[in-house]
Amino acid sequence: MMKPTIKTAFAAFVTAAAVSAVVLGTAPAQAAGNVATPAVQDWSFKGLFGTFDRASAQRGYKVYKEVCSACHSLNLIKFRNLQDLGFSEAQVKALAAEYEIQDGPNDDGEMFTRKRTPSDPLPAPFANEKAAAAANNGKAPPDLSLITKARAQGGDSVIKVSLKHPGGFTLGADYVYALLTGYGEPPAGVEVPDGGNYNKYFPGGVIAMASPLAADAVEFSDGTKATVAQMAHDVTMFLSWAAEPELEARKRLGVKVMLFLLVLTGMLFALKRKIWSDIH
Amino acid sequence: MSEQHSTSKFMQNGVVKWIEHRMPIFSFIDHSVGSGYPAPKNLSYWWNFGSLAGLALIIMIVSGIVLAMHYTPHTTLAFNSVERIMRDVNGGWLIRYLHMNGGSFFFFAVFIHIFRGLYFGSYKYPRELLWIIGVLILLAMMATAFMGYVLPWGQMSYWGATVITNLFSAVPWVGDSIVTLLWGGFVVDNPTLNRFFSLHYLMPFVILGLVIVHIWALHTFGSNNPTGVDVKGPQDTIPFHPYFTIKDLYGMGVFLLIFCFFVFFAPNYFGEADNYIPANPLATPPHIVPEWYFLPFYAILRAFTNDFVLYWPISWLMTAKLAGVIAMFGSVILLALVPWLDTSKVRSARFRPVYKWFFWIFVLDWLVLGLVGAHPPEGAWVLIGQISTAYYFAHLLVILPILGVIERPLALPESISASVTQPAE
Repeated sequence: MMKPTIKTAFAAFVTAAAVSAVVLGTAPAQAAGNVATPAVQDWSFKGLFGTFDRASAQRGYKVYKEVCSACHSLNLIKFRNLQDLGFSEAQVKALAAEYEIQDGPNDDGEMFTRKRTPSDPLPAPFANEKAAAAANNGKAPPDLSLITKARAQGGDSVIKVSLKHPGGFTLGADYVYALLTGYGEPPAGVEVPDGGNYNKYFPGGVIAMASPLAADAVEFSDGTKATVAQMAHDVTMFLSWAAEPELEARKRLGVKVMLFLLVLTGMLFALKRKIWSDIH
Repeated sequence: MSEQHSTSKFMQNGVVKWIEHRMPIFSFIDHSVGSGYPAPKNLSYWWNFGSLAGLALIIMIVSGIVLAMHYTPHTTLAFNSVERIMRDVNGGWLIRYLHMNGGSFFFFAVFIHIFRGLYFGSYKYPRELLWIIGVLILLAMMATAFMGYVLPWGQMSYWGATVITNLFSAVPWVGDSIVTLLWGGFVVDNPTLNRFFSLHYLMPFVILGLVIVHIWALHTFGSNNPTGVDVKGPQDTIPFHPYFTIKDLYGMGVFLLIFCFFVFFAPNYFGEADNYIPANPLATPPHIVPEWYFLPFYAILRAFTNDFVLYWPISWLMTAKLAGVIAMFGSVILLALVPWLDTSKVRSARFRPVYKWFFWIFVLDWLVLGLVGAHPPEGAWVLIGQISTAYYFAHLLVILPILGVIERPLALPESISASVTQPAE
C-alpha cells in the first residue's frame, strides 16, 4: 500500500492537470472571437431515422436553380439524381431538357449541342474556374456539391464542435443556413472594404458574396411564402441532400446492422458465459 | 474435455489425415489458436485488443482492395473519383466509410493494446522482441495512414502531405534530396500522389507480415497476464479454444457495434471538414491538423521552438525544426527501448504501487498532448505542449529507470492459480 499522503498528492496533481486541460481547452475558442456560432437547427435528416424533407428539398432546388446557380456550380449532381427528391422520371427529363450541352465529336468529327438528358450534370454557370474567377473579382465561387460537408462550424473540427454541442449538432447545414441569414450592418469598428459584405457567421466577418436572398426572390409552386428564412432553410435542405445523397440509405442500413450486431453480440456473450462457466 | 474429443475425431477423417501427413496445417492451427495452445486463465478484457487490431487490419485490407478498384490516383481525378465511389458505385459509400473509420478504430485498438502492455509489463523478458515488433507495426501503421490520407486529394490531404514531407528537409545535408525523392519532383504533385498510392497499397502487407512475426514471437512464450507472474504449469492455463476464441468473438461484437455506429450514423466524426474541399495549392487552410491519432506526436513536433527549455542544450547542434522531427520520431522509437528503460523486475503494475500512478499520469499526459495537437500553437497551448512533451520523455528516460530501483513492489502471488483463489487486492 502507498502512504495515504502520497496517494492524496498524486490524486490532487492528476485532478489539477485534468481540470487545467479542460479549462484552458475552452479558452482559445472564446478568444477566436468575432465569428458568431451558428445555432443548432432541428433538421429533418438528423437522428438515427432522419430523412430529407422532400417538399422542402424540391423548393430548395428551385432556390438553387433561380438564385445560387447564377454563380455557383453543383458539378457532382446529375439530373437523374433529382429523382431522389421525389421528382418523377418525366419531370426530371423535362428539367434536364431546359438546358443544352456540347457533345461530340460525331461521326463527322464535329462537336454539336444537344438538349441535356437525365444522365447529364446540372449546368455550371461558368465555362471553367478561370472564367468564374474573372467574373467574380478574381476568386471563383465555390462549387456547392459538398458545401455542407466541407464547412464545419466556424472552422472548427468535428470533434471540437461535438464537444461544444454535446446535445447534438449538424455541421455544415447549420453553418450554411446561418450564413444565408447572417447578413447585416457591421458593428462599430468593423471596416468592410469595397466589394465585401458583412456577415457575422463568416470567418473574419467580411464575405465577397452579397446577401443572395431577398423576400419573394422565387415563387414556390406549392404556395409556401418565400421568406428569407424559408428559402435559406429549403436551399440548405437541398444542399445537404446534394452533399450526402446516400444519407437515407446509410441510416436505414445502419439501423438493421446495429440490430443484427446487438443480437449477435448478445448471443456471443451468452455463449461466452456458458463456455466459461466451468472456470474459476 | 469434449472439445479435444471432437478435435481428435476430426483428425481421424481420411482427407484430413492425407493433408496432415503431407503438410501438418491442422495441428499448426490447433497449436496457434486451438485447443493445443494454452493461455493464462486470468487474462482480462484488456487482452482482447490484440485480436481487435487484427480484425481492424483485415477490415482495412479488404475495404482498401475494393476502393482501389474504383479510385484514380491522379491529381485532376482523385477527388472526384472518391465522390464517384460515394455516389455512383454500388455500396461505395459503405466501403469508403468502413475504410475511413476503420483507420481510426485500428489506431484506437492499437493504442489500448500498447497501453495495456505498458501497464502489465508485457514488454519484459522474454517478450522484448515481441514488443519491438509491435513498435515497428505502429511505425508502419503511421506511414500507411499518412499516405492513405493523401489519396482523396482534399485540402487537408494536400497540405498535410506538404507539411509532413517538408519535415524531412530538416535533415542535414541530404534533407532536400530526401524531400525531392518523396515528392518525385519539386512540389507535392501528381508523382507524389502516385507513389503514395503505390506505397499505401504495399504497406498493409508489410504490416500483415509484421503481425505474423509478432504472433510467432507471442506464441514462443505465450501471453503475459494481469499478475505478470509466469505460467507455472497446466493448472494456470486453459486451452485457447474454446475459451479465448469465444471471448475474442464477443469482444469483436462489441467493437463492431461501436465501429458501425460511427460508420452509419457519424461517418465524418473523426475527419476534417476541409478535406471535402478539393486540393488547392494556392489556398492554405487556416489550421492544418492531422488525423486525431497523430495529434500527440504532432504536439511533440511543434513543442520544439527556439525558446523550449529542452532545445537549449542542443541548440548549438541543430535547428529547432530538426530537434522537433527527431523528438517526434524518437517518441515512438523510444517505446522500443522500454524493456531496458524499465528497470523493475516486477511486470504487472498491480504489484507496483508507485508505477501504477505514474502509468496513469503518462496516459493523461498523452491525452493532453493530443489536445495540444488539435489546437493552433497559440497562448497557453504552447506552454502546455512543452510541459507535456518534456514529461513524456521524462517518464520514459528518467522515471521508468529510477522507479524500478527505488520502488518497493508488493508481494507477488506464487502463481496465477494462487492469485485467482486469493485475490491480491
